Amino acid sequence: MASHKRIDEVTGAETTGHVWDGDLTELNKPLPRWWLYTFYACIVWAFGYWIVYPAWPTFNGYTKGWFGYSQRDQVAKDAAAAKAAQDKYRTAIAAMPIAEVKKNPELFEFARDGGAAIFGDNCAPCHGRGAQGAVGYPNLNDDDWLWGGDLESIETTITHGARSGDPKTHDTAMPRFGLDKILEPAQINDVANYVRSLSHLDVDAAAASRGSAIFADNCAACHGADAKGNTEIGAPNLTDAIWLYGNSQQAVVHSIETGRGGMMPAWGGRLDPVSIKMVTLYVHSLGGGKPEPKKEEGESEHKDEPHEAPK
Amino acid sequence: MNHAVFEKNSLILLIGALIVVSIGGIVEIAPLFMLQSTIEKVEGMRPYSPLELAGRDIYVREGCYNCHSQMIRSLRDEIERYGHYSLAAESMYDHPFQWGSKRNGPDLARVGGKYSDAWHVEHMRDPRAVVPASIMPGYPFLEKTPLNYDNIGARMKTLQEIGVPYTDEMVTNAKADLSAQISPDTDSAKALVQRYPKAQVRRFDGQVGDNVQPTELDAVVAYLQMLGTLVDFTKFDASGQNLR
Repeated sequence: MASHKRIDEVTGAETTGHVWDGDLTELNKPLPRWWLYTFYACIVWAFGYWIVYPAWPTFNGYTKGWFGYSQRDQVAKDAAAAKAAQDKYRTAIAAMPIAEVKKNPELFEFARDGGAAIFGDNCAPCHGRGAQGAVGYPNLNDDDWLWGGDLESIETTITHGARSGDPKTHDTAMPRFGLDKILEPAQINDVANYVRSLSHLDVDAAAASRGSAIFADNCAACHGADAKGNTEIGAPNLTDAIWLYGNSQQAVVHSIETGRGGMMPAWGGRLDPVSIKMVTLYVHSLGGGKPEPKKEEGESEHKDEPHEAPK
Repeated sequence: MNHAVFEKNSLILLIGALIVVSIGGIVEIAPLFMLQSTIEKVEGMRPYSPLELAGRDIYVREGCYNCHSQMIRSLRDEIERYGHYSLAAESMYDHPFQWGSKRNGPDLARVGGKYSDAWHVEHMRDPRAVVPASIMPGYPFLEKTPLNYDNIGARMKTLQEIGVPYTDEMVTNAKADLSAQISPDTDSAKALVQRYPKAQVRRFDGQVGDNVQPTELDAVVAYLQMLGTLVDFTKFDASGQNLR
């Protein structure tokens, strides 16, 4: 069909050799030379690529290429390089107790800012972008802490979580007074009135005074006779007008019935110890962080002990 | 130019086209089925428990993969945000896999254990309640829909036939195992954990009481809470023999 060249008489250009309806032909307009040579260059480049990079599968592996490139090596290198850039700070933070980090302005600034990023990735979905909390998720800006608000307590809580299944987690939980029929519904109603009265909410005074006795018998062991709570066992302060699950009579009744038992995951397996220290310093710096209780007296002792890295 | 023979015989053209197209497949796809290094041997992988499998089926049914990937790529920013990059072995029992190609939402390959069950329950009911900027639709019907698992054994049998290592014992006990996973501290739950190591046993959808009927939300949360938790990466050697 196209065994010999045909030239179009009008333009003088070569035709493709295809003929329709006896006399209709098609001009052959080849690709621009620059384009064609670039294309050939790409083919040559591909051969080079095959030689230096992993390319062809074989029966028991693949061609590794001269460069020995591996994505895994690459990402390990990238991660190590990023770590190395922060090494000056991270090794220093790893080596010292968290309270000491706080006292070193340069390290503290690094930890707090890095901690903010870690918080955004990991903590914000529950505690909120601004750590403002939500129903069921504590506000971390205030000075009300379920499990303690000093640096070491926060570090422990982040590392092991609360009721997370981690062997060292905060594991105490409030009894399910309603579900397990420890208290009658009427009693629960009374004690809820009493608890709400502690925060000066409008309550049924008669019910609240009945509830006072029930509180002393059932609740004071953990929440304290003064209802100020106990961070050792995560019993919240009931007098501070801060309500994790809302302050309505219904919400408080529901809390007493079910015990709630909010859960926080343990981050020890997901974040490295330095990252946990960093996010701890960030959370502590938000406004509600408490001073170190024991540090003030026993600081010199503490310095001698090697800091135990949280697992 | 010997095109003429192809251009004039459609059958020859068809055969020619098939040969050309199959070269790509032979070179790029076929070796993957034979290479040992495609799927590394890792410790800890097991088939999904019946409840997790039911949750996965709902995940697929609701099209979660349209917005969520389940593959952490080997890039620094990804491993810093999501955790260790995904391994082929981690989705070897997935039919079909859920790697996904879009991330309107975050990657879920290692979401297991990252949030509490209560968070998942609330988030499914109304995503904006916990993440104000979320654009995810709510799935409030999941917690109201009883899980239909009459055919869970048959689903597992199907997977068994295409190579998922479910034992006959697992298939026989499928229904019992499914309800066992929301019944903590029972003998059947112990048997479940024996068959499916690391299976998490608890009520996932936040309902309290003695009603043992699992909901679709139980299944979905059970599935989400196990994602990416099976392989123990402290024992994983990335530079091992199978380094790719």
